[in-house]
Amino acid sequence: MRFVDEFRDAEKARALSARITALCEPGRQYKLMEVCGGHTHTIYKHGLEDYLPEQITLVHGPGCPVCVIPMGRVDDAMALASEPDVIMTSFGDMMRVPGSNGSFFDAKARGTDIRMVYSPLDSLKIARQNTDKRVVFMAIGFETTAPSTAMTVLRAAAEGLDNFSIFCNHVTIIPAIKAILDSPDLRLDGFIGPGHVSTVIGCRPYEFIARDYGKPVVVAGFEPLDILQSIYLLMLQLSRGEAAVENQYSRVVPWDGNAVALRAIGQTMELRPYFEWRGLGFISHSALKVRAEYERFDAEKLFSVPGVRVADPKACQCGEVLKGVLKPWECKVFGTACTPETPIGTCMVSPEGACAAYYNYGRLTRHRVKEASAS
Amino acid sequence: MCLGIPGEVIEFLPDQPDLARVSVSGVKRVINVGLLAGEQLQPGDWVLIHVGFALSKIDEAEAAAALEFLEGIGQAYEDELAALAESRIE
Repeated sequence: MRFVDEFRDAEKARALSARITALCEPGRQYKLMEVCGGHTHTIYKHGLEDYLPEQITLVHGPGCPVCVIPMGRVDDAMALASEPDVIMTSFGDMMRVPGSNGSFFDAKARGTDIRMVYSPLDSLKIARQNTDKRVVFMAIGFETTAPSTAMTVLRAAAEGLDNFSIFCNHVTIIPAIKAILDSPDLRLDGFIGPGHVSTVIGCRPYEFIARDYGKPVVVAGFEPLDILQSIYLLMLQLSRGEAAVENQYSRVVPWDGNAVALRAIGQTMELRPYFEWRGLGFISHSALKVRAEYERFDAEKLFSVPGVRVADPKACQCGEVLKGVLKPWECKVFGTACTPETPIGTCMVSPEGACAAYYNYGRLTRHRVKEASAS
Repeated sequence: MCLGIPGEVIEFLPDQPDLARVSVSGVKRVINVGLLAGEQLQPGDWVLIHVGFALSKIDEAEAAAALEFLEGIGQAYEDELAALAESRIE
């Protein structure tokens, strides 16, 4: 694997670490948010915080698609799955997300026809094979998965399928970042921008962060050195008093995104006036619904969906974790009542969730050591 | 789900130009390449795949790095591969 070495070289990591440290102004604290759950995963797995000076804190953002689904939407999906002749289809990640009456896995064990699929196109195939059933696809994810759902709806339309629909829960990353920027709880200095979402939306949508909020953004790859290099680029901007959008992951992310993907989304979906995010509350224009022209594929039009808002379990502090206000281990139920096997909150469900990533790698970061010794 | 997994394009399906057979860690499955319509994909090219759709064309070095990253993740990648192995896109 000679290719990989250039992304993993410990020598390079230490050199970057030294350059990052040299850019820190004495006495100044820096808070950088990595928006994407994939980045959170890399940071914990490789202990990247250990390469950073104490003045820099990494704050884990809301970019985990499963983590931000509110409990009410899970309950709505369960209600849909219980309708006569319905086959509910879902990505594996979604299967363990708890609703107020258990998860998809629990419902499946009770006899509800819920099937795990790899792709929305597999769901389409189930619809073709079961013409006497109504197949609903639980569509979740940011702009990374929305194009796949969109293309699947277009395909269903082209084939004239009349027993396939989607329960659309696609969310868009920009309004969530804006909500965090506007939140008084948190003062951030810069953003490590999401890699895969940006392959679709490109880098331009982040420009308002630099322009209106004066904070730098660096779109980053997923290797440890990608992330360290992105932190270096952020620190370089901060040290010069600059704020711009940079693309560290240009080997994969085109500056303008993927036009075909954006067109497919735009053709089949439009923004909802508002949508509830777990932990972040209602955010306007932050999620997608099926356009009226394609409403015959919209489960929310075909079935009656309860749409009841359900409060998160009291003990769960996923909201604070998603906003980056709390570190995973600061949650009262972390690792005790809430584990990947028996998750209470969504952040513990997905491997991209901050709590699951932290739990799985069990790292004693310097912050935690410091806190433990202070208490 | 959100993992981008690298696959090597083996061939395009004769009657369906949007579909291609790819190899992902030895698993051969059909995926949709319609989102890369402008890229003029060829057999031997590498793509990053999300939920059955190629989302970006990548070079071999990036594919190797992405693969190494995924193998390091462990269970989540095994789950993704197992899900892919069940996939029957047509």
